[in-house]
Amino acid sequence: MMAFLKKYEGLWLFVHSPAAIIAAAVAMVIIFGAVFASGIALVDPYDLASFSLFDGLLPPVWQEGANPKYLLGTDDQGRDMISSILYGARVSLIIGLSALAIAAFLGVGLGLAAGYYGGRFDIIVMRIADVQLALPAILTALLIDGIARGLLPQSIQQDLRVAVLTLAIAMSLWVNFARTARASTFVEMNKEYVHAAIMMGQRPSRVMFVHILPNVLGPLLVIMTVDLASAILLEATLSFLGIGLPADSPSLGTLIRIGMQFLLSGEWWILWIPTIVLVALVVSINILGDFLRDIFNPRLR
Amino acid sequence: MVYFILKRIVQSVFVMAAVAFLAFSLFRFVGDPVTQMTGVETSVEDQERLRDELGLNDPFVYQFVRFTHEMVLGDFGFSYRTRQPVANMIADRIPATLELGVVALIISLMVGVPAGVYTALNSRGVMTQTILMTTLVGVSIPTFVIGIMLIFIFGVQLGWLPTFGRGGTVHIGNWQSSLFTIDGWRALLLPAITLGVYQLTLTMRLVRAEMMEVMRSDYIRFGMARGVPMRSLYYKHALKNTLVPVITIVGLQFGGVIAFSIVTESVFQWPGLGLLFLESIRFVDIPVMGVYLVVIAFFFVLVNLVVDLLYVAIDPRLRIRDVHDGLPEKI
Amino acid sequence: MLSIKGLTVKFPSRFGDFTAIEDVHMTIKPGEIHGLVGESGAGKSTVGAAVIGLLQSPGYVAGGTISLGETDLQSLTFAQAHELRGDRISMIFQDPQTSLNPLMTIEDQLIETIQAHSDVSEATARKQAVDLLEEIGIQDASARIKAYPHQFSGGMRQRVVIALAICTDPDLIIADEPTTALDVAVQSQVLDLIQRLAKERQIAFMLITHDIGVIAQVADRVTVMRNGHVMESGETAQVLGMPKNAYTLSLMRAVPPLDRKIDRFHVPKEDGIASAQGNMAERWLLEGQRHDLTGLSVENLTVAFEGPRTSLFCKPPTYVALNDVSLNIKPGSIMGLVGESGSGKSTLAKVITGLVTPQKGVMNLGGAALPAGKSRSRHHLSRQLVQMVFQDPYSSLNSRHRVGDILAETLWFYGFIKDPTERKNMAASMLSLVGMPLDAISKYPHQFSGGQRQRIAVARALLARPRFLICDEPTSALDVSIQAEILNLLKDLQAKFGLTILFISHNLAVVRQMADDTAVLRNGKIEEVNNTEALYENPQHEYTKSLLAQTPVMPPSWGA
Repeated sequence: MMAFLKKYEGLWLFVHSPAAIIAAAVAMVIIFGAVFASGIALVDPYDLASFSLFDGLLPPVWQEGANPKYLLGTDDQGRDMISSILYGARVSLIIGLSALAIAAFLGVGLGLAAGYYGGRFDIIVMRIADVQLALPAILTALLIDGIARGLLPQSIQQDLRVAVLTLAIAMSLWVNFARTARASTFVEMNKEYVHAAIMMGQRPSRVMFVHILPNVLGPLLVIMTVDLASAILLEATLSFLGIGLPADSPSLGTLIRIGMQFLLSGEWWILWIPTIVLVALVVSINILGDFLRDIFNPRLR
Repeated sequence: MVYFILKRIVQSVFVMAAVAFLAFSLFRFVGDPVTQMTGVETSVEDQERLRDELGLNDPFVYQFVRFTHEMVLGDFGFSYRTRQPVANMIADRIPATLELGVVALIISLMVGVPAGVYTALNSRGVMTQTILMTTLVGVSIPTFVIGIMLIFIFGVQLGWLPTFGRGGTVHIGNWQSSLFTIDGWRALLLPAITLGVYQLTLTMRLVRAEMMEVMRSDYIRFGMARGVPMRSLYYKHALKNTLVPVITIVGLQFGGVIAFSIVTESVFQWPGLGLLFLESIRFVDIPVMGVYLVVIAFFFVLVNLVVDLLYVAIDPRLRIRDVHDGLPEKI
Repeated sequence: MLSIKGLTVKFPSRFGDFTAIEDVHMTIKPGEIHGLVGESGAGKSTVGAAVIGLLQSPGYVAGGTISLGETDLQSLTFAQAHELRGDRISMIFQDPQTSLNPLMTIEDQLIETIQAHSDVSEATARKQAVDLLEEIGIQDASARIKAYPHQFSGGMRQRVVIALAICTDPDLIIADEPTTALDVAVQSQVLDLIQRLAKERQIAFMLITHDIGVIAQVADRVTVMRNGHVMESGETAQVLGMPKNAYTLSLMRAVPPLDRKIDRFHVPKEDGIASAQGNMAERWLLEGQRHDLTGLSVENLTVAFEGPRTSLFCKPPTYVALNDVSLNIKPGSIMGLVGESGSGKSTLAKVITGLVTPQKGVMNLGGAALPAGKSRSRHHLSRQLVQMVFQDPYSSLNSRHRVGDILAETLWFYGFIKDPTERKNMAASMLSLVGMPLDAISKYPHQFSGGQRQRIAVARALLARPRFLICDEPTSALDVSIQAEILNLLKDLQAKFGLTILFISHNLAVVRQMADDTAVLRNGKIEEVNNTEALYENPQHEYTKSLLAQTPVMPPSWGA
């Protein structure tokens, strides 16, 4: 038993961390709901025929005047809140994950190469990263969005919204990966197993990806979870600012922006329920990220 | 030391040049400046003449040099949307954003640093766990949601504080300030807190991590071993060593403050640079977008230069904690 | 004065309590230097930490008493204990680089410490501090005291650390590996200083070290520990000269003597290197010896690194790592290369393996020119013929790869064996040739001790069918008994397979046991090369003489 626990220390820590378990459960529920949204949801919020204005502004079931069919009520168009949220979470997650994948691919590749080759290549990559740092995430995203508006004709702009948004978020996140991968690679480059591989005459790509990469994955994994949270927040923020996704294919951020119209009236659920779901998702991911950080940095325990 | 500072200045110039190039490329390639400036009724000849006047037919490099030169002289061109000089539009908005950002940064440091020190020194207390959990939730709530919540509670439900605008402002020369009237402070409070919360949690977590790292170091253990008073160990030895990396990050955070001020200003309808930028994006007002970029980058670079000077003042070794400096020679 | 009785320290963990030390007894009298010696995991540092009351959390004293004079240290509150620290007990840490606060001048650190324990004015404290620094051998102390720690060299910094430890005139100082991070010349100065302070100021020292030579040279009494238990205790000459305890005896036998050459180290349990499973690998290696014994010569090698830039207008200073080095390593022989840290030993190894490009010089491997640095192609034959065993067995094996994959990679890479299963078999056979259990093949490096990892590293090098092996400090990260095993293994393999070896070490005694010829390197220059016995018996160069004189030695009769 002891040997087993020692071997799977991460699992042991997980089982004994209520916060991590709850966070994982919440994240799983939201992700599950998002993945199977079309199966679970009562209505398709993109399909105007599947809901009607007559059901508009119904409160959640525990309040008076509710329709038990709509557990969390409906918005002004008569859309079921649960359905909107499931589809919204799906959009948020798709954009967040794709942005993360692009950022990680670009950042880790550049960071590894910068750390491995050093010299001029390293300086160029890091200076670009410096410039990127001087333009914070939201700014970069807004900028790319603005450029896309200027460059692309009106007609295809709507179709490309998701792609532009994803790219904008990815561009603002790659620096994190690049800097972390590079710093870790520098540390690994001074280790003798890397010298051994270079001495043998192994190809640089093999040294980087077969030898160094597995050793720098830990911190990158932490960045990945934290940045997934940032990506989702960023998307929500951009959508909230009205620059992200339009109202006909709402993400969680768009739902909150729509709900803002009801801040002063009585229909609190239209604003606060999507907000709670968004915050719960991001908090869960951040808790899991923190947990991973603790695993990879045992001294902080 | 002089070399260190010179190197930083050269790097800053490089960053500024890159951002200027970005702004220039925006202006030059995103949309056609001439069609933007003229109406539908302008003849093709007139358009050509304008194109020539603006120097758009000159070689690319020449155009960029002229663009940069004009920027340095403070000539930022005209807005497509309002037809006003961009320089004036920006200058009008700078005080609002700077006051908001600085007050937010001060809030985040005044609360974040002590909280970080406290949680590092009492790492297992109930209070610490509570603070840590709160900050984790804090970083997870989007800035705009915090703003909405504050508006909802203090503006709508309690009715204590205004929910938009700058309140009473006072002109000091060209500077329009809300720091000199009670009304102005009341208006400033909610946006500043909104903006400060995120930075606060970052600062706190950073101070905590660095402080715990320092507390494990040999020189602190040696200090304990020779009976240096604990107060001195905590607040003189450890805190000073903690501040070295923290200062760097605070410099970087300034960028974050500016970025999130866009959101905050949008939520509170705060008439600052961020709101201007948002409008310019919505209307594809390229000159304003470009100048905004340059101005923001300039502040960022300036703040980081000051940080470097502070650095020299604190650390006798000029130890560079930046990841891409001071690394051991390759192999 | 210091009296420890039945001391037990435990570290609670989620896998139950771990007992770090158990039932430790020890007494130290004023002016006595009491050596506390043992290999890693012996718990010697824990004893020191328990005495000064600074056990790493969550460790706690589970039993026994510690008293200093009349004071029972266990009964003190944290505040009382903190008062006592510095005042009556102080401590010296291993690494002078990290023991001093980098942001405070040593003046501030000294004055603060003095004022913490005696009610004197700042001026008086400063005067005391300057006097103390002078006493301790820092010249021009009144000016140097204004400096920051980074402005001192390693040896001087350790003197500052000692000054900080004694500035409050304590009765007892716990010195935890105080000379381990220092070069031999500086080590001997610091040890002299400790001896002088013990005699003149009657300070009791608890000298914690793994280096038996250091103990033999300065300790009055010694306590030998192993796995948290005291093995033996008494007068140094008696314990080390005529050990009663079997462990002490085996430890003494594993220590390489400086003054004579012994054929083999006597190790308690010898893993036979020619087990049945190892036969296959042995045959395979012998069959691969198409090339004759392969010597290596280097001529006029010069390597200069660019130092950090300090000014915009001057060129950065260059740091010459190797200065016109010529060396001829005879085929089938072992060349020992000794020198202090920074002498360029490792740079030479890196030049030979092609990791560093020399500015000047030529190399010749087995009669053929060996291209230097970047001009050596990835497929050059030398990439296979020259292999290396590194210093740090904790970083020389990729911790994310299984041992079997690490070994098979070599076979795959050089194209020796095409079939994956056969590669695994050969890897397993090689493991048993170097004395490793067979199940090692499916484990990860972190599941092994340092000595076992070094065996794996040797196996990896052998699987390339090398003719020339570079051993860069192969045992300096290992305990002395493990060192003896690895040195025996290297000797056996060299004899069996006719390898030519460049053996790099800072430890003169080890080199004497291993090398046929020895070269002495200082500041990138070779000071002396000679047949090993001749060089040790009759050193020609002043530097060699001083190195030999400053290395702690034991009386010849000990450990025999």
